[in-house]
Amino acid sequence: MSQAVPAGSPGPPSLPVAMQAGLTGLRDALHAEWTKLRTTAGPAWLLAATVVLTVAVSAAATAAVRCPAGTACPVDTTKLSLTGIQCGQAVVAILAGLAISGEYSSGMMRTTLTAMPRRTTVLAAKAAIVGGLVLAAGTAGVLGSVLAGRLILPGHGFTAAHGFTAARGFPLLSLGDGPTLRAAAGSVLYLGLIALLSLGIATAIRDSAVTIGVVLGLLYLSPLIAQAVSNPQWHRHLEQAGPMTAGLAIQATTGLRGLPIQPWAGLGVLAAWSAAALIIGGLLLRLRDA
Amino acid sequence: MTAGTVTPYQPYRPGQQAGRDGFAQVLHAEWTKFRTVRGWVIGLLAAVLVMLGLGLLSAGGSSHTCQTSGGGPTRTGRACLPTYAVGPGGEPVDDSFYFVRQPLAGNGSITVRVTSLTGLLPPANPNASGPNGPADTRPGLMPWAKAGLIIAGGTNQGSAYAAMMVTAGHGVRLQDNYTQDTAGEPGAVSAASPRWLRLTRSGGTITGYDSSDGTHWTQVGAVHLTGLPSTAQAGLFTASPDYNVVSQSFGGTSTTGGPTQATAVFDQLGRSGTWPAGTWTGDAIGAGGSGPPGAGAYHQNGSQFSVTGSGDIAPVIAGHGNEGDPDFTITDFLLGTFAGLIAVVVVATMFITAEYRRGLIRTTLAASPRRGRVLAAKAIVVGAVTFVAGLVAATVAVIAGTALGNKNSYVFPVSWLTELRVVAGAAALLAVAAVLALALGTVLRRSAAAVSIVIVAIVLPYILAVGSVLPVGVSDWLLRITPAAAFAVQQAVPQYPQVTALYSPGSGYFPLPPWAGLAVLCGYAALVLGLAAVLLRRRDA
Repeated sequence: MSQAVPAGSPGPPSLPVAMQAGLTGLRDALHAEWTKLRTTAGPAWLLAATVVLTVAVSAAATAAVRCPAGTACPVDTTKLSLTGIQCGQAVVAILAGLAISGEYSSGMMRTTLTAMPRRTTVLAAKAAIVGGLVLAAGTAGVLGSVLAGRLILPGHGFTAAHGFTAARGFPLLSLGDGPTLRAAAGSVLYLGLIALLSLGIATAIRDSAVTIGVVLGLLYLSPLIAQAVSNPQWHRHLEQAGPMTAGLAIQATTGLRGLPIQPWAGLGVLAAWSAAALIIGGLLLRLRDA
Repeated sequence: MTAGTVTPYQPYRPGQQAGRDGFAQVLHAEWTKFRTVRGWVIGLLAAVLVMLGLGLLSAGGSSHTCQTSGGGPTRTGRACLPTYAVGPGGEPVDDSFYFVRQPLAGNGSITVRVTSLTGLLPPANPNASGPNGPADTRPGLMPWAKAGLIIAGGTNQGSAYAAMMVTAGHGVRLQDNYTQDTAGEPGAVSAASPRWLRLTRSGGTITGYDSSDGTHWTQVGAVHLTGLPSTAQAGLFTASPDYNVVSQSFGGTSTTGGPTQATAVFDQLGRSGTWPAGTWTGDAIGAGGSGPPGAGAYHQNGSQFSVTGSGDIAPVIAGHGNEGDPDFTITDFLLGTFAGLIAVVVVATMFITAEYRRGLIRTTLAASPRRGRVLAAKAIVVGAVTFVAGLVAATVAVIAGTALGNKNSYVFPVSWLTELRVVAGAAALLAVAAVLALALGTVLRRSAAAVSIVIVAIVLPYILAVGSVLPVGVSDWLLRITPAAAFAVQQAVPQYPQVTALYSPGSGYFPLPPWAGLAVLCGYAALVLGLAAVLLRRRDA
């Protein structure tokens, strides 16, 4: 601006003391990111879509399976009623990816980084806010799915009369049951980790369409590739390494010995993927111009 | 300014005088846009490369190691796999049954009455043990246990044949050359309701008749067998396919199996024509399949014949779920279609959403105001480019995969027409998916949402269907009504209703015929493209 400043007018407005001291602190970064997500229309819709799609697909899958009278149904009812996670994770991937690639496409990223030059702090704040929101939405989605399963399954033949008793390892769906609680809580964490994975990849790639392609490719292709490889050893290793195949092991409550990877170890593999994506994204964010 | 010296404004248009907004120009403009964005070309090349890479991975990712029982050198690769008899159509076939035969010189016919068909099945629980070591067999019949008359080119496996038969669960059938099956009179055979069967040879044509009273005959069908020698082998046969029960659960599918046996009782045997031998010979063709040695036999008691056999006369069914069957079909080498699809969807979506993001769409629409044409040109460009890229990738993947797969293992042979359909179908699948992505990108104007909706709609139903998460019936419906139905176009081997096997999406069998599956995806694409055209006209850019 080249306008002359009239004499006697106050100088540039002085910043509040607290902001002068810690403008780039994590707390302010968190607040800024929260404000951004809260005031744009997309994230709220996507969070709602995560919950609705997860519950809807879970309920549809549960309703589709019947246990005919007089037969044993070796069905992992917990895993079945959490099927919707496989669809909900796609919405989570969009939400987390857009949290940063949206800023790149609109040029907002330059403003963000001018206001908060500590780039790692920006990424950490985004990860915390997005992760927190996804965990909240995931909890709602998982609780809805488990509730749908509990309501639907007994009407479809999954009753004590067919051997679905706790004594035989097939209890009725209940969060009071240890493995089911682990599967439900683990599914929520799974969604949170998918959000971090997508955020990290989006930070590295910066384009929303390519990010979504890469994230969904990583998730959905690993089971398909593993299935196509007939060598049993390779097959097992691929299932242990794939973010979706390993991460979703957390949903299994029966036949744990036959799993390629144990539940918590599987979630650990996904966490390693997410951490690697965030670290690479963070490094690139520091190294590159916005 | 002075009046009267106005020169008309002549814009500089190099090389192009009239018809600037003709369709050819719009098409050319869109092609130029596509060609000059480096990221999109790279994306398309990436699609080709991943298709090739994954195709070769699945061809090379299979290895067999085996050792002959009782020691011997360890063998690898193809040497481990069973060898298949090859039928007249070039397809691998199962050809093992018990044959009570005589040569038939020239034309003639044979008639017989079947009064009973009984059998033995392996124990329901294969791990249980009975009083005599392993558990006892139990009486019962496979639905496709079969017995009747057969005229075959010879006693080698894979010979041309035609047969009239009674089956345990599917009535009277006329079958020929392993793959063909025609239904006759329904109902099971018993002493109270016997069946009369007749086969008549006239040159290369064999006609089959059935009757429930021995006097009123119905023609079931007439088949032409090429290469049937003038002296054929004709007589009675019995076969009983392996026990095959598929149980599906979350752990995947498992099949329990074992050899079975069937026994048929024949009488009122009548012949016409020249039968030079005069006596009957019993032969276990293909050594009676996987049945115990000596399982096949025949007893003649006066005019009554009792023939016991094991095995099947049928095409070999390909698929991972069917134990001991060929390892690969060419579909396995097109695994990369999924990965290619994701890359193509990203590029096709950005082809329109990037214009919105950069504001180029306003320039585009100012240059060619007919918006429908712009969308059509974009769809043609992205569809054609994707089709060509997909065709190249699929062709190379199938050719290289077949070569590599045949070295390590066995690739199920298919006709060149099928190969062409599978390869062109994979390319068309990618092209239609690209058009769908373009249309959805136009509707939503948001790349992330459009890309993920298209990918989730096409890939997720397939994963849910083949991942054994859902029962087969539900999986079938998913692959009928969702865009994932299009993967049916890649199915290389047909489903044979006359052979009991695991025909699930997971083992490569789709509920819809190939082109119908692709048509489902085309329907979705057309619907969204129509919506995109309407919205593009109505909305401001």
